[in-house]
Amino acid sequence: MNIKKPLLVIVLLLVVLVLVPWLIHVSGRWDFYYTLTSVALLSIASAGVWLTFYIGRINIGQGAYTLIGGYASAILVTKLGMNFWLTLPLAGLICALISIVIGLPILRLRGVYFAMVTLVLTEVARLTALALPITNGAKGIVNIPMPTELSFFGITIIPDFGTLENPKLAFYIASVIMMVLCYAALYRIVNSRLGHLCRSLQQNEELSASIGVNTAYLRVLAYSISSFMGGIAGASFVSISQSVYPSSFQVVDSVNFMLNCFLGGLGFVLGPMLGTLVLYFGWDLLFTLGKYQLLIYSSMLILLMVWLPNGLLSLKLFNRGAKKK
Amino acid sequence: MEQVLANGLYLGAQYALIALGLTLIFSLMNVLNFAHGQMYVFGGFVTYTVVAQLGLPFIVGLILSGIVLGVMGALIEKYLFRPVIARSTREESTMLLAAGIAFFLDAVILLLFGEKQRGIPKIIDGVLNWDYRIIMPYDRILIGVLAIAAICIFIMYMQYSKTGRAMRALAQDRVAAELMGVDVKYYSMIGFALGAMLAGIVGGLLVSITGINLGMGGPASIKAFMMIMIGGAGIISGAIAGGFILGMMESVGLLVFAAYGDITYLMIFVSLIIFLAIRPHGLMGKPWG
Repeated sequence: MNIKKPLLVIVLLLVVLVLVPWLIHVSGRWDFYYTLTSVALLSIASAGVWLTFYIGRINIGQGAYTLIGGYASAILVTKLGMNFWLTLPLAGLICALISIVIGLPILRLRGVYFAMVTLVLTEVARLTALALPITNGAKGIVNIPMPTELSFFGITIIPDFGTLENPKLAFYIASVIMMVLCYAALYRIVNSRLGHLCRSLQQNEELSASIGVNTAYLRVLAYSISSFMGGIAGASFVSISQSVYPSSFQVVDSVNFMLNCFLGGLGFVLGPMLGTLVLYFGWDLLFTLGKYQLLIYSSMLILLMVWLPNGLLSLKLFNRGAKKK
Repeated sequence: MEQVLANGLYLGAQYALIALGLTLIFSLMNVLNFAHGQMYVFGGFVTYTVVAQLGLPFIVGLILSGIVLGVMGALIEKYLFRPVIARSTREESTMLLAAGIAFFLDAVILLLFGEKQRGIPKIIDGVLNWDYRIIMPYDRILIGVLAIAAICIFIMYMQYSKTGRAMRALAQDRVAAELMGVDVKYYSMIGFALGAMLAGIVGGLLVSITGINLGMGGPASIKAFMMIMIGGAGIISGAIAGGFILGMMESVGLLVFAAYGDITYLMIFVSLIIFLAIRPHGLMGKPWG
C-alpha cells in the first residue's frame, strides 16, 4: 500500500511529462500545450477551492486570490526587477497573509452566507485593482518579462525561458510539475491528522469544537493554504500571458473554480483536476460549434449534474479503487 | 438631497423585488439560484418582444413576462432541482446545477434575442419637477409605484392565502410542514415558479426605463445576493429591507464619492463584509439560516 502512492505520483508524472508531449508531437496539435498548461494551473486554483470545501465551506472567491497573486508577481517583477521564480512563492505567501486577515472575520460565516461573501470578494479584488494606482487601473500591467534563469551556486536549475526555442513546452512542464506537487501536498494533507480534523469540521463544527478541536485556527489554516494555491496559480498565469488586467480573473472564473470541484466530485482529491480537465477541454473542443457553443456546453453541464449529482468520480468505475483502500 | 432620497427609493423598490424572488426560492428549497439574474433578463426580453415587436400594450407584456418565467421556474424545479436534491449527498451540489442553468439561459437569450441592448418606447411622457428639488420622469415614478404595488401584493399573498401559508410553513420547517399535511413537492414547485415570476416582472418593468441586454444578468444576481445577505437569507422582510438599503447606499454613494471616481461599489462591498463580520446572519436572519 505504501509503495503504491509514490508509484501513482510517478505514473502521473510520466503521463504528463512523456506521454502527453509525445502524443502532441505525433498529432501535431501544438496549441494543446497552451490548453493543457491552462488546465494544470486552473486545477491548482481549483485544488485550493476543494480544500475549503473539505472544511465545509463553499468558496466562490478564489478568483480574488488568483488576481492578487497575479498582481503581486507582476508588480514584484516589473517594479522591483525580481526573479519570477522568487516571486512565485512570494505571491502565494502574500495571498495566504491576506486570506488570514480576511478569513478571520468571514470564516465565522457558514453555508450560503460564506459563499456569497466570497463571491463579493472577487468583485472587491477587481474593483480594488481598478482603483489603486500601483495596479495601473484598467490599463493593467503589460510587457511582463518571461521568467528568467534561476541558478544556485552557478548551477542552472531552471533556464531562461526567453532564450528557449519552445517556451510553451517549458511553461507546460513547469506547470504540470507544480500541479503534481500541489496534488501530492493536497493528498498528504487530506490523509494526515490535519485532514481528519478538517473532516470533523465538515461534518459538525460545534461537535468538533466541543471535543477540543481548535476550529477557528483550523479553518483559517485551510483557507490560507487554499489561497496560497490560488496565488501561485494566478502568478504563473500572469507570467504566461505576460500581462494582467483587473478583468483577468472575474466572478465567472471564481464560479468556474467551484464548478470544477463539483464536477469532479467533492469527496475525491483528484476530483478538481478531472473537473478542470473536462470543463476546460470540453469548452475548448466545443469551440467549433460557433454560436451554439454555450448552449451545448451548459446543456451538458446540466445533464451531467442530473445524471451524476455527486461528481464524475462517483461513477462505479472509479469507485472500485476507492473502496478497496 | 431630496433627489438622492427619491432615486434611492426608486432603485430600492426594484432591487427589493429582485431580492424577494431569490429569497423565496432560498427559503423554500435552500437553493442559491445563480440563474436569478438571467431569469430577470429573460423577463425583460419577453416584455420587449411583446411590446416593441408585436405592438401590444405594456401591461400585457408585463403579465406575459410573469407567466413565461413562472412556467419556466416550475419546470426547472420539477425536472432539474428536485431529482438532483433527492440524489446528491451534499446540498451544495445544486449550485453547480444553478450555475449550469444560468449559462444555459444566457445561451438561450443570445440565440433568441441577440446581444444588442433593447428597450421599449416610454410608457408616459413628461417629467415631475418639484421646485427643482426633485426631478423625476413620470415613467420612473410609475415603475417605482408598480414595483411597490407588486411587493405589497406579494406580501399579502404570502400572509393571507392558503398557498402563502403553506410556503411559510415550508420555509420554517420542511419536515413539520409535511407532517401537517402540506404537499411539500407541490408547494416547492409553486414557490420556485413564484420566485422566477417575480424576476420576470422586474425584468419587464425595467425594460421600459433602462432597457435590457445580455450582460445584465450576472451583476443583477450579485446585487440580489448582497441584498439578501444584508437582510438575512430566506427572510422576506429582510429581502425588502436589503433592497431598499442597497438602493439608498448606491444613490447616496454616487453623490458622496463622485469626486473620487468609481469607488461606490467598492465601498459598499467592503462595508458589507465588515457588517457581516459583526452580524453574520444579516439584519433579520436566523443564525446560520
